[in-house]
Amino acid sequence: MKNKQPKIIVMSGYGLNCEEETKYAFEWAGGQADIVHINDLIANPALLSNYDILAFPGGFSYGDDTGSGKAYANKFHNHLQKELDEFIARDTLVIGICNGFQIITNLELVPGALAHNASGMYIDRWVDMKCVGSSPWLKGVKEISLPIAHGEGRYIINEDEYKKMMKNGQIAFQYTKGEICEFQNLPANPNGAMHDVGGVLSENGKILGMMPHPERGMFYQQRPDAQLKKEIAKRKKSKLPTEGPGLIIFKNAVNYFKK
Amino acid sequence: MISRIYVVPNEQNGKGKILPFNNLGLYGKVANVSVIDSYLVNASLTPEQLNLTGQSLINKKLENYSINSLPNLANFSYILEIGFAPGVTDNVAHTVMESVSDLLKRPFADVEAVYTSKVFLIGGTISKEDVNKIAFSLHNPLIERATIFPVSNELKNKGLPLYVPVVVLPKKKDCIVVPLSNANTDELIKTGKEGILDPDGDRRGPLALDLESMKVIQNFFKNIKRNPTDIELESLAQTWSEHCKHTIFANSIDDIKDGLYKSYIKKATNDIRKAKGKNDFCLSVFSDNAGGIVFDDTYMVSHKVETHNSPSALDPFGGAITGIVGVNRDTIGFGMGAKPIANVYGFCFGYPDDKRELYKDKKLKQKMLPPARIVDGVIKGINAGGNCSGIPTINGFTKFDDRYRGKPLVFAGTIGLSPRIVNGKNATEKRARAGDYIVVVGGKVGLDGVHGATFSSVVLDSSSPATAVQIGDPITQKKLSDAIVKEARDRNLYNSITDNGAGGISCSVAEMAKECGGAVVDIENVPLKYPGLSPWQIWISESQERMTLAVPKNKWDEFQKLMESRGVQASVIGEFSKNKNCVVRHNGKVIMDMPMEFLHNGLPARQLHSKRDVKIFNEPKLPNGYNRTKEFLTLVGSANLGSNRWISEQYDHEVQSSSVVKPLSGAGLINTDAQVIKPVFKSDRAVVVTSSVYPSYGDINTYDMTSCAIDTAVRNAICAGGTLDHLAILDNTCWCSSYDEVRLGELVDAIRACYDTAVDYGTPFISGKDSMFNDFKGYDKDGNSVAISIPPTLLISAIGVMKDFNKAVTPEFKIAGDTIYILGETHDELGASEYYKQIGKNIAIGNSVPKVDTKKNTKIYKALEKVIAKGIVASAISVNSGGLAQALAKASVGGMLGINVDLKKLAGTASSIDAKLFSESQGRIVVSVAKGNVKAFESLIKNIPYTKIGQVKSGKEFLIKNGTQKIVDTKVDTISKFHNSFSNSFK
Repeated sequence: MKNKQPKIIVMSGYGLNCEEETKYAFEWAGGQADIVHINDLIANPALLSNYDILAFPGGFSYGDDTGSGKAYANKFHNHLQKELDEFIARDTLVIGICNGFQIITNLELVPGALAHNASGMYIDRWVDMKCVGSSPWLKGVKEISLPIAHGEGRYIINEDEYKKMMKNGQIAFQYTKGEICEFQNLPANPNGAMHDVGGVLSENGKILGMMPHPERGMFYQQRPDAQLKKEIAKRKKSKLPTEGPGLIIFKNAVNYFKK
Repeated sequence: MISRIYVVPNEQNGKGKILPFNNLGLYGKVANVSVIDSYLVNASLTPEQLNLTGQSLINKKLENYSINSLPNLANFSYILEIGFAPGVTDNVAHTVMESVSDLLKRPFADVEAVYTSKVFLIGGTISKEDVNKIAFSLHNPLIERATIFPVSNELKNKGLPLYVPVVVLPKKKDCIVVPLSNANTDELIKTGKEGILDPDGDRRGPLALDLESMKVIQNFFKNIKRNPTDIELESLAQTWSEHCKHTIFANSIDDIKDGLYKSYIKKATNDIRKAKGKNDFCLSVFSDNAGGIVFDDTYMVSHKVETHNSPSALDPFGGAITGIVGVNRDTIGFGMGAKPIANVYGFCFGYPDDKRELYKDKKLKQKMLPPARIVDGVIKGINAGGNCSGIPTINGFTKFDDRYRGKPLVFAGTIGLSPRIVNGKNATEKRARAGDYIVVVGGKVGLDGVHGATFSSVVLDSSSPATAVQIGDPITQKKLSDAIVKEARDRNLYNSITDNGAGGISCSVAEMAKECGGAVVDIENVPLKYPGLSPWQIWISESQERMTLAVPKNKWDEFQKLMESRGVQASVIGEFSKNKNCVVRHNGKVIMDMPMEFLHNGLPARQLHSKRDVKIFNEPKLPNGYNRTKEFLTLVGSANLGSNRWISEQYDHEVQSSSVVKPLSGAGLINTDAQVIKPVFKSDRAVVVTSSVYPSYGDINTYDMTSCAIDTAVRNAICAGGTLDHLAILDNTCWCSSYDEVRLGELVDAIRACYDTAVDYGTPFISGKDSMFNDFKGYDKDGNSVAISIPPTLLISAIGVMKDFNKAVTPEFKIAGDTIYILGETHDELGASEYYKQIGKNIAIGNSVPKVDTKKNTKIYKALEKVIAKGIVASAISVNSGGLAQALAKASVGGMLGINVDLKKLAGTASSIDAKLFSESQGRIVVSVAKGNVKAFESLIKNIPYTKIGQVKSGKEFLIKNGTQKIVDTKVDTISKFHNSFSNSFK
């Protein structure tokens, strides 16, 4: 099945809102992506078997009413659980970003839950994370800086489960004081997440849920220090890259099928 | 059957814990508070179905649920329940109903519904009075109800009462005829002011029609030999309202025959476009819901800024969220439909520490919300509206003045992106055709917003109707927006589209009907939230999240299927026609039949007069000595000049992956004046956005106030990488007591400045909005009359297109050793400056308000464009409020780098150190330049006034000298602390 250009299904509808940039990121990385409204998938569930990667993008599905990600997950579960189970049983990848992460925890595709930020406030800023998990999504990633924008991103997990996940390589990312936090003098953990967890994996490593948005860091100019780096580059007469730190996540997923 | 499902957060969740209300003077009294969610379900569900519903409402790792029984109440003495008042939009309940019917595969019947509320369990040694205080701090009686229960055995056993807050309207009244033909002058005045007399003796609420208009209406109906129906009169009131017809701007004033709009604003745009010739970049000005300019050969960008002041005074959250989702609809309804790509905001508030009590009524029953509550609610409203809709909120400002205490100003704007050609036609040339269905999509209609348009056209006092307040539902709108802009538009399923804003369908249908002739509406086909609405209420209701479209009959099936599959309600409510009449039928009977000509153009013209009033203010006493460090730090930390980082951080500004220059910039996360986004992934083109407002200057002179606002908006845009040859502006004029001749005089001066300044810079107005009666009339806590009017406030927003996003420049200093320049001249122009307001305690504000020299400044801006295009400036910051000192402070904090500068030889006539530091002279920019670029830079700016003032330093020392005198001597960290202190007080 390998050596092919993977097909990606990016979910949309009911207030998800990052589907366009997520599709672009996958396509820039070399995949072929379609945005599919959940009702169109419900009308034609067999569609899911055409795809290799399933992406739940960020957004505000159902306005976070009754809790983030819950209502969208309920709808998916009510109508598409069988097809989802079949999808996962194949050699496929799944990603849930921000609201998508909240959705896939509610669908119990990855462990844990996401609660209101410790500050009680929605926050948009950049974070640094060290990569501690093992997964096709994370190949070659040691540390990564990306933006977050959420009100319910505090990862919650019980102690035993955390230890098991850590051992099993299921903790994908932990917030850390890296390049951007140093630059902007920000605390490492933006939301009070337990054990600084910013992203987790399923047992087999093929399903990734993460609060930060890799697609909002796919272009270099999105970095908070891009203007400073541009100035330094100009003086060294060197060129800035066009790719930002987030693109590697999408490239890894596409390359999993290409190589 | 009525049941309650309680959702209780578990220990790990932490959501249920809140502060013990120490701020209400209850220190030590409240021991513990838990918050749980209640879902009152009025539906015949089996116990099993109820359990399934409960399960679907929780995340079992974070919450538990129970049915009809409260958790253990042992530690609590009171329960406070806060829910919505009957009929108020309950967004969460909508989601629950949609989810539950999907889960149980059974739709909710008409009489069935879900109602949500928050239940606060409060323990401690508290009295009912204390709980009342808590209740007042947590709810707004206009839209919510608070109920207090002492914890009793009954409560422990049975839970909270099972009461359904359903809307019960008196028996629906059919259309009535208003006996206008024999009404005398008194009756005409009364009907215009207080509304139509109901058969039961009540007045229906303001029509806001003056005697002259009422007489014209009376005569019109005498001529056609009948009396008007209520719906006809209400329809005229909506269409002729100040809100819709902008009469102050349209009528002739003094010897300005064609009125201010035609003679200055529109004329400026016409003259500029003519002068630009083939370089004209305007595509749609003033005629549509927003203004549009060229982005590139394929796309155009639109911009529109609205105000939502009156509703925000009464319900800050609802007012603000409705404002932002409302202006999003202006974008969705621009051309054939544009995708919202950025939101902007502007808030003018009273000071949050102002605790004066104000009431709307003499009996002191209707208390005005204090500024702190308004600040909190408005910020949250824009947060919910923007964040939920997936639109980045990129630009914004906050201004504080005691005179915004009666009515705050809430500006909300949206930028849109649309293809220039849609299905082979120019997207700006939409046309409803006779025979097209009139289709309304989105939300249902209730009493919300009845008399919204006429309400915002009058002074806020005790008769202001509470039904004029609405709550936006961003998710319903997001579904609608995606279905239209991302699908239906490109499938060519409609001929025209517009927003339902002020006046509801009465205005949108009548407006679109102009494109083909007329319209016939069957009012009973409009979907309702609850029964009992009269036809006139349905016609003018401003219930949110609705758009009106002209759908060709042969496209209706496909259109309806698409909407249904996207969870969007769509209904045919009538047909566009060739007849030049607007007709409304109710169950087949004609209840309105109005010639379009009279509806749109019947409003009588009125001659306005203005006069001038010269005001002289005291000059403040300047501080002694030459060290201004203390004044400097106070100023950079003040409410008006301090950072508003706490707002930018809670607004998603990176969604859509377009950010280039963000609202917060550099190591020190300073607020930027202008932002840059790159909205098309495959294009290097970018959009630059900014705004500017100087309300205090208007105290001295509104002409200068306005020219400074335009100058600053232009300068901000160019500093970020914009250019004068592709920059458009928008005006939002917020005035007070607009029938007062002195206020009108100030208005004429301001609008003259709009023409003069815009034409000189070649920046056309593409859209605008006015709000002319921002006055509050009420009472203080002793029952004395209080009148508060806002200072005349004219907001200029700007939008420009850059060819290459890589050329964008941010305001913060970048690298130690760079040379710091100031371009432009500094004069003794401290009148109404932030500095004078501070040291003159808002009274002795001086008189030397800044003047704009457009000729000089154009040369400066062109030179700046050139050095930015060549990439030889490392930073550029526009010198605005707070003067040079504030600009240097922000650039330093942004880069977290020190400076050493000397203002001894500053270009211009500024003599005192106060003026050098704090004068707000226009046309100035602080830039930093790498050593290697200094020569090239200086040769490119040799024909404009500039001063080389010093260096960026690697340490934290921030030193401003005047020759040998150290006039400001501090550290960057200290400035950062002061600059962020106001913002941090909100976290």
